[in-house]
Amino acid sequence: MSQPFRTEKGGRIDRNAPLTFTFDGEELHGHKGDTLASALLANGIHLVGRSFKYHRPRGIMSCGSEEPNALVGIYRNGDQTPNLRATQVELYQGLQSISQNRFPSLGFDVGAVNDFMSPLFPAGFYYKTFMWPKSFWDRVYEPIIRAAAGLGKPPKSPDHDHYGNLYAHCDVLVVGSGPSGLAAALAAAETGAKVILCDEQAEFGGTLLSESSASIDGKDPADWVSETIAALGAMDNVTLLPRTTAFGYFAHNFISLAERVTEHLAEADPRLPRERLWQVRAKEVVIAAGAIERPMVFPENDRPGILLADAGRTYLNRYGVKVGHKVLVATACDSAWQAAFDLADHGVEVVAIADMRETPPENLMAIASARGIRVEAGCVVTGTLGRKRIKAALLGRLMTSGQVASGGQVECDALLMSGGWTPTVSLYSQSRGKVVWDADKGAYVPGVSVQNERSTGASKGLYGLQATLEDGYAAGEEAAKAAIGKTAKITKVAATGGEAGYGGTLGALPHDRNASRVRAFVDYQNDVTAKDVKLAVREGMQSIEHIKRYTTTGMATDQGRLSNMNALQIASGALERPMTQVGLTTFRQPFTPTTFGLFAGISRGDFFDPVRKTPSHDWAVENGGVFEDVGQWKRTWYFPKNGEDIHSAVTRECKTVRDSVGLFDASTLGKIEVVGPDAAEFLERMYTNPWKKLAPGRCRYGLLLNDAGFITDDGVIGRLADDRFHVTTTTGGAASVVARMEDYLQTEWPDLDVWITSTTEQYAVAAVQGPKARDVIAPFIEGIDLSADALPHMSVKEGTFCGVPCRLFRISFTGELGFEINVSRRHGKMMWETLAKEIEKHDGTTYGTESMHVLRAEKGYIIVGQDTDGTVTPQDAGMSWAIGKKKFDFVGKRGLERPDLTAENRPQFVGLLTKDPKVKLEEGAQITVAENPATGTSAEGYVTSSYFSPALDRTIALAMVKNGQALDGKTLYVPMPDGSIPVEVTGTVFYDKEGARINV
Amino acid sequence: MLLIYCPYCGVERPETEFQCGGEAHIARPADPGQASEEDWVEFLYMRTNTKGIAAERWRHTNGCGRFFNAVRDTVSDKFLKFYKAGETMPDLEAIAKEAGK
Repeated sequence: MSQPFRTEKGGRIDRNAPLTFTFDGEELHGHKGDTLASALLANGIHLVGRSFKYHRPRGIMSCGSEEPNALVGIYRNGDQTPNLRATQVELYQGLQSISQNRFPSLGFDVGAVNDFMSPLFPAGFYYKTFMWPKSFWDRVYEPIIRAAAGLGKPPKSPDHDHYGNLYAHCDVLVVGSGPSGLAAALAAAETGAKVILCDEQAEFGGTLLSESSASIDGKDPADWVSETIAALGAMDNVTLLPRTTAFGYFAHNFISLAERVTEHLAEADPRLPRERLWQVRAKEVVIAAGAIERPMVFPENDRPGILLADAGRTYLNRYGVKVGHKVLVATACDSAWQAAFDLADHGVEVVAIADMRETPPENLMAIASARGIRVEAGCVVTGTLGRKRIKAALLGRLMTSGQVASGGQVECDALLMSGGWTPTVSLYSQSRGKVVWDADKGAYVPGVSVQNERSTGASKGLYGLQATLEDGYAAGEEAAKAAIGKTAKITKVAATGGEAGYGGTLGALPHDRNASRVRAFVDYQNDVTAKDVKLAVREGMQSIEHIKRYTTTGMATDQGRLSNMNALQIASGALERPMTQVGLTTFRQPFTPTTFGLFAGISRGDFFDPVRKTPSHDWAVENGGVFEDVGQWKRTWYFPKNGEDIHSAVTRECKTVRDSVGLFDASTLGKIEVVGPDAAEFLERMYTNPWKKLAPGRCRYGLLLNDAGFITDDGVIGRLADDRFHVTTTTGGAASVVARMEDYLQTEWPDLDVWITSTTEQYAVAAVQGPKARDVIAPFIEGIDLSADALPHMSVKEGTFCGVPCRLFRISFTGELGFEINVSRRHGKMMWETLAKEIEKHDGTTYGTESMHVLRAEKGYIIVGQDTDGTVTPQDAGMSWAIGKKKFDFVGKRGLERPDLTAENRPQFVGLLTKDPKVKLEEGAQITVAENPATGTSAEGYVTSSYFSPALDRTIALAMVKNGQALDGKTLYVPMPDGSIPVEVTGTVFYDKEGARINV
Repeated sequence: MLLIYCPYCGVERPETEFQCGGEAHIARPADPGQASEEDWVEFLYMRTNTKGIAAERWRHTNGCGRFFNAVRDTVSDKFLKFYKAGETMPDLEAIAKEAGK
């Protein structure tokens, strides 16, 4: 149970709750309240991973979500989740963790050879290296790059967790629960405003949980946190969300929160989700996201054992963990001194405080002196020794000349550094606010608010406990007043301490080493050094956005929260331009890496998209139907019998339809009821065809264009009465046609008295097609004379089917005698089963969408969206007959007169017959005049539909070909990888050209 | 996600209930047959694509189904005015001035 770096007492861990966990298989011990990082450090383990590019040994550097190095895999439920930050992983009994990006082991990693070859891998090396020869792109470079890419390995099995999702509204959302966030939440909650307080950490309190030198109302700050959270928790108008990251700030104060619900538990209630997505609409937002410490950019600043100073202090005060036994503190500002003092108070040997400033504040000097800590003022770290753990640091003395003189070597097993503090402006930036440079604070801080939000405390560069508390109260009051117009008197606390935060340094630090041989890291996770940034500038990158992409600095999972300011300063120096003119990269959602599971929520598997089933669905399942997805619809593709493959099934189905009769479920077709005194006038204006003279009881094929003149939809429209039309559309176009009709009706012709109702879901439709179709339906239809004279082709009548009301269309999409029976959807199953039984008596068959396509192609009927692509006019499609040329106007009429649409050489719809009747063309294949066209030859057209036609016992195809209608009988070619296929251009109707079969 | 006010329903609802219909106040020529080539192309394709204050059409698709118009700052996504279809186009410059643009 030995944890050699655990303090005797103190910290917020539960020393009575020991836990066992493993790291790379080694069993280790920690306590409840530990993070994986603090527990590893308690065991003296700093080396936890290998860097991305150079595979350098890396250790834990921070204690928060910005951690660049300590990315680990966690095994849970039999699979591992990669790339979790050990600083955020809460310890639980039996936790299994592994290090990443190393082979065969963390201690001995063959990839580390990259580190010795690092001169070969400067910034942008992949742009320069993987250029030639071209033949290596796919076969050599890509496999190598893919194998090297990424840190962790993706999980192998599908995500076995489930995820929750909920929407919430509040008056005030407070992000962050440090001093200013808590004060803001209190002030807002007291007014009665509905408040949500979230914090990405397991415990509320932020820096107050690791504060040793401050007091609030004379109390330990952590006690004030407990009291405050208890008070907030007791209020009905407050929702407390720990372990919840506000990762996205979107338009109109819409904020996304990721709540980690069960991941920190050894055994979780299986009913609970792993994570929960909160989509919060907040009237006002208080951003209290704090600030994070900046690393110092000195040579070899990336060795395990080198941490941010405040992280070292947090591990000590909050987790009871000493980061080392001999600690060097390097700093350029006040805050790190407190870390040195706290460590010394816990018996850690602080070998020195190296402060870059020539004259650090006297009060700090006095405290250091009282503790016997050696202070090296005007001193900078110029290098470190030790490979898997820091052993010693080189010091350099800053001279007035700007040179650095050697200041000797100090032995240490940990180095705490602080380059100053950077306000966390990510959420503000996501809210589209522009940050402004505050020269006094030496930081970019939030500028003018674009949305209803305000930043408070350290996230706007304000430090000192009393000041941040006051600012937090004010922010909370202001937010509540703006949200609900109320204010309240609250008892405010007085605090002392926590003054540090200002000052610091930016950019690469001077040293006395050979500049070409040392590396000082700017972006740890992506292995970007100060030299890389300078190289990028030398190679012509001027904008920080270009430098970022060329070097990948700031592209790590912290989005540059640690590295940006240093990189910016280095770039500014290299460009010889002030930093404010170099620009700043944009912070984007998400704030921290967010799981796909969270975004997907329950929308996976069967819930990915709604599934629409037709009335014949169950029958088709029982009878072996094979389905295909058509949009959200499940449609029966074909009905194989006795082990038939698709070709035999479709051949049989098509032949049966032409010989006797077939039954097809056409329920998915879009249906729109157009009703009103001006219904005919409305359709007259919407569709190309004339409608006013269509007699009730008759149907007409309607062609719908857009105003540009291109075909967008089609369908048969039946007139039931003077003021009532039954419009059908394509399956895919149903919703958009209704929307377009509404658009024209509401905004262009509001004077027309017409009502439009989508009735797609109201009717079940059975298509009965074939010479025996009349015999099949006759026994069930009442009230309609089915004779050819009374019900000719293209007519519609209302009657009953098996006693239930029906609309009976005599129409055909096969070229055979055909009927489509519409009954109320709830009778669809009955209708289908009745007809399916009846067709058996007539040697009929049910058929699916594949046969439907073949049968219509044999007749040259187009399918909008397959044979047309949004640039096809009625003339192109050979359907000039569908245009009401005498009409005053219809949608697309003027468009059709545009010069380009009447020009020569437009593609036209034709049939194609391959010279070899067995060869079936590929849909989408290009068509040329020459048999073996030279490379670069433009195609004359392309194949839109291609099938084997059972009726013709040969293949057929439809195509769009330039001037195709004039090429009848000519030979063209379809060049394919296996050779050119000669084809003859024909008309589009392959079967029953006279149309005799339809009129019986 | 935007919050949109439907002037017919009189309520504010999330964007998922609505569809944007592009720039507002583009009238289809009353007699397209008489429209010149330029006018027709202008009507079909030319849009101002304003960076700043713009009037656009919205439809409360998953609500009342009505089309209406809204004035939006395309930079900040803030809505400055909602009004019913058929109402005259508001003075965008005045709205911009009022919004401090």
